[in-house]
Amino acid sequence: MADRQYELVYILSPDTTEAQATELHDQVQAIVTRLNGQIEKTDTWGRRKLAYEIGPHKEGFYVLEVLQGSGDLVKELDRRLKVIDMVVRHLIVRVDEEKKVVDRTRSKRQANSERRRVKRGLPPQRQPGEGRTRDEDDGYPDLDEGVDAGS
Amino acid sequence: MPFGQGRSGGGRGRSGDKKTADKQQGQRRPMFRRRKVCKFCADKIDDINYKDVKLLGPFVPERGKILPRRISGTCALHQRKLQTAIKRARQLALIPYVTD
Repeated sequence: MADRQYELVYILSPDTTEAQATELHDQVQAIVTRLNGQIEKTDTWGRRKLAYEIGPHKEGFYVLEVLQGSGDLVKELDRRLKVIDMVVRHLIVRVDEEKKVVDRTRSKRQANSERRRVKRGLPPQRQPGEGRTRDEDDGYPDLDEGVDAGS
Repeated sequence: MPFGQGRSGGGRGRSGDKKTADKQQGQRRPMFRRRKVCKFCADKIDDINYKDVKLLGPFVPERGKILPRRISGTCALHQRKLQTAIKRARQLALIPYVTD
């Protein structure tokens, strides 16, 4: 099966040490590699205040991992993370399909704007200093004007 | 109690004339409401991400409920995406479920 991209965010209890955090990261890494996946990116957000109390905790240590793998990998990760006491909360979300859609709409918009600009006898890319500065990379200055006047 | 009943029992509609006058006035008065525009369409934000608390914040008012479309003016597509994003953010305690 083709690999899918997932995002895993887990919240550790605020009194975990750096060493424990890295140890957990290694555990995750081990599971991922064992099931033929790979970690693409790890982003440690660090301590954050929780929006609501989870058990005794008012703060949490957030870690985000972007990984590539199969559904079985996610199942296994989910099971393991549930067991570990240090992990207060975790969430795994599949992101590849959404990303594809976003990329598609973005490129479509880009292509559209270029076509329209060429039709109007302008170079396809926006020149520096042209138009208003609020929106950086759009090619619909005329369409936007009405919207802007209203707000 | 159904929502229509309370309205008619409010004592306001005792005289029929008054009621119709009320209604007419309501219709005639020009109400200037700014036309609401979907923020995500206007700013061309394609990706409504659950991690972006700054983006979601204005759509979760004080009480913690999701701001309805009729107030925020968000289009149906983006409201739907916003909804899932907010619900995910809630699971991760980035946004509260309720606040009293």
